[in-house]
Amino acid sequence: METQLFTGAEMVIKALSALKVKYIFGYPGGSVLDIYDAIFQQDEIEHILVRHEQAATHMADGYTRSTGEVGVVLATSGPGATNCITGIATAYMDSIPMVVLAGQVATSLIGDDAFQETDIIGCSRPIVKHSFNCRSVEDIPNIIAKAFYIANTGRPGPVVVELPKDILIPENKAAFNINTNIKMRSYNPTSKGHPKQIKKAVKAISSAKKLVIYSGGGIVLANASQLLTKLTETLKAPITNTLMGLGGISGIHDNFVGMLGMHGSLEANKAMANADVILALGVRFDDRVTNNVNKFCPNANIIHVDIDPTSISKTINAHIPIVGLIDIVMQQLLDELAASNFKPDQQALDLWWQEIEQWRSVNSVSYVQEGSKIKPQRVIESMYKITNGEAYVCSDVGQHQMFAAQYYPFAKPRQWINSGGLGTMGFGLPAAMGVKLAFPDSHVICITGDGSIQMNIQELSTCLQYKLPVVIVTLNNRSLGMVRQWQDMVYGGRHSSSYMESIPNFVKLAEAYGHVGIQIDSLDELDEKLAQAFSIKNKLVFVDVAVDEKEHVYPMQIKTGAIDDMWIKKGVKA
Amino acid sequence: MRRILAILLENEAGSLSRIVGLFSQRAFNIESLTVAPTEDSSLSRITIATRGDDNVLEQIVKQVNKLIDVIKISDITDRKHIERELLLIKVLAMSDKTRTEVKRIADIFRGSIIDIGKQIYTIELTGDIDKLNAFIEILANETEIIESVRSGCVGIARGEKALRV
Ligand SMILES: Cc1ncc(C[n+]2csc(CCOP(=O)(O)OP(=O)(O)O)c2C)c(N)n1
Ligand SMILES: [Mg+2]
Repeated sequence: METQLFTGAEMVIKALSALKVKYIFGYPGGSVLDIYDAIFQQDEIEHILVRHEQAATHMADGYTRSTGEVGVVLATSGPGATNCITGIATAYMDSIPMVVLAGQVATSLIGDDAFQETDIIGCSRPIVKHSFNCRSVEDIPNIIAKAFYIANTGRPGPVVVELPKDILIPENKAAFNINTNIKMRSYNPTSKGHPKQIKKAVKAISSAKKLVIYSGGGIVLANASQLLTKLTETLKAPITNTLMGLGGISGIHDNFVGMLGMHGSLEANKAMANADVILALGVRFDDRVTNNVNKFCPNANIIHVDIDPTSISKTINAHIPIVGLIDIVMQQLLDELAASNFKPDQQALDLWWQEIEQWRSVNSVSYVQEGSKIKPQRVIESMYKITNGEAYVCSDVGQHQMFAAQYYPFAKPRQWINSGGLGTMGFGLPAAMGVKLAFPDSHVICITGDGSIQMNIQELSTCLQYKLPVVIVTLNNRSLGMVRQWQDMVYGGRHSSSYMESIPNFVKLAEAYGHVGIQIDSLDELDEKLAQAFSIKNKLVFVDVAVDEKEHVYPMQIKTGAIDDMWIKKGVKA
Repeated sequence: MRRILAILLENEAGSLSRIVGLFSQRAFNIESLTVAPTEDSSLSRITIATRGDDNVLEQIVKQVNKLIDVIKISDITDRKHIERELLLIKVLAMSDKTRTEVKRIADIFRGSIIDIGKQIYTIELTGDIDKLNAFIEILANETEIIESVRSGCVGIARGEKALRV
């Protein structure tokens, strides 16, 4: 029997099927028309046509953050590929696995400044985990398989695969072979933590008087929240989460002291500053957490567990570094704790918790709802009640993002989806669409601002086409609120270009796209109208809430200070 | 402090640009970089001479290691190792006196004159950085340097220690 031959375009689809891909998020163009033709002739994989390639990357990203499955993006060469850059960088900064298939001009034209030629491998090099230039038809399946393997193992991240037109066309065929059991001599991510280091860590933990657990996005990525909860309960220690790590332990767990960092709670930052041992799990000591690194937790013995050695001792020196998969290392720690008959020092623990309760009693994450203007925090609290705390909350970037992180305690990992590392405005809506695609029966909220929503608002059209009834809630403060807050605090109140002069009528805009728009202006209608918005099941609802434009995000770390040097509210230091 | 890093990586399109890109992206210093395929042509060997304190060096080594194409990296500075660089240098040699002197200097450094023009000698010299620097300095006192090219240093550990797959 003759072996069957396939075009490169067919191989792309066959490889993706073999890797159990359900969706491709993309936008067609000259160099990838053969792939689109192959998509048309099969029904295993659904293609979602966005309205801008950036949105395709964020949609794939949201899909991945909620499901854990690798998202796939398809874009044409040149402008299609460069439009993906922001989304690739967003995924890279938050370690989100993603495979971006980018068209390229024919091999014979590469380097000629051909029509729609850009060096996408070069453009994306600093923001990918790895990239591949495909140069022959028969290589396609294994390169795609490798791309998935690299994207989704070790510290996850985006991988770009460049596909020139001439290896996709019907004239060029080859046999299809794919090997999904990948071994690479140059890439072998570690899994287990070094036993010696585990012993050292347990020793430090056992003699700690003021232990704090500081956990981040690594826990979410590794689906390790059950182990984290178990470890926390074993140690009986306070635990704080980074912005990326929220939901790693339930936001209403007794041991949870809130988010830490720039807009974290006082008790979280104080616990860090006063700790004698910090158990850092799947975090990277980001500058939005540490504040001034020279003043960072001077008395703490730091145990740092991460899959990526470059994250360890990069900004803050780790005393006990442990490289390994976070779930495996936490299990090792639990085993070692059990083997050494670990019992927390109850007396020290009581004293430590007494101190923490004092900081907690300051109630640093709080606001006062006075006057008729709706406080943005109040909107989040209302949504929390209406959705029973069970919604997927996808955020844009700005004050609204911080309010959502502070006032919607997440019970589970993957419930909170935001661009933490890059802080990409325009992320929220497409990310929410990706989540809704995966979880059509759950409440999916896009919490956004009047600035951010306009950065990918064209996707309202995609939502109609694919019936993605997310609930968009815009905390409309008629300004680039977070920029304005800094201008108020640091730039003498000079609001340079942070004021939005002509905001569209979002209700009408939503209606023009075929959706439902709801306007909320006063406090007395807030709960009712929000409840109404969430009761509409089969239509996208765009809720435009006029909020107090003067509200600032507090607490807030004081620039150049230590982690716990904070403004509690306007003019009041901790 | 000056450091010599030996890197073994996949000899694939783009792998060198990833190394170079990493150094500029993270503001690491490159004093010199040499690259060529090894006896196994699927592998490339790079030697990078760089500068930085211990923390920076630790990051450089970790970041390079993190690149998917990189198989191994070793900081050979503190080990017993051999370091060599090749210099090709063209100097004016007009008078008999200069010619004799240039020849004498080359001999002392165990360099060899590998090309002669009407008024020009081209000399080849290998050695470590200090030797090459000293040679150039002495030549410059004697005559005019027309052109020079240095390969950048290559390095290898002494003894049993080896960087291989
Ligand atoms: C793409 C992009 N451009 C600029 C910024 C800088 N930036 C951070 S927050 C912000 C204002 C966001 O305004 P809005 O979406 O209305 O949210 P608000 O802060 O008012 O809640 C800006 C401009 C950014 N994060 N991303
Ligand atoms: Mg705003």
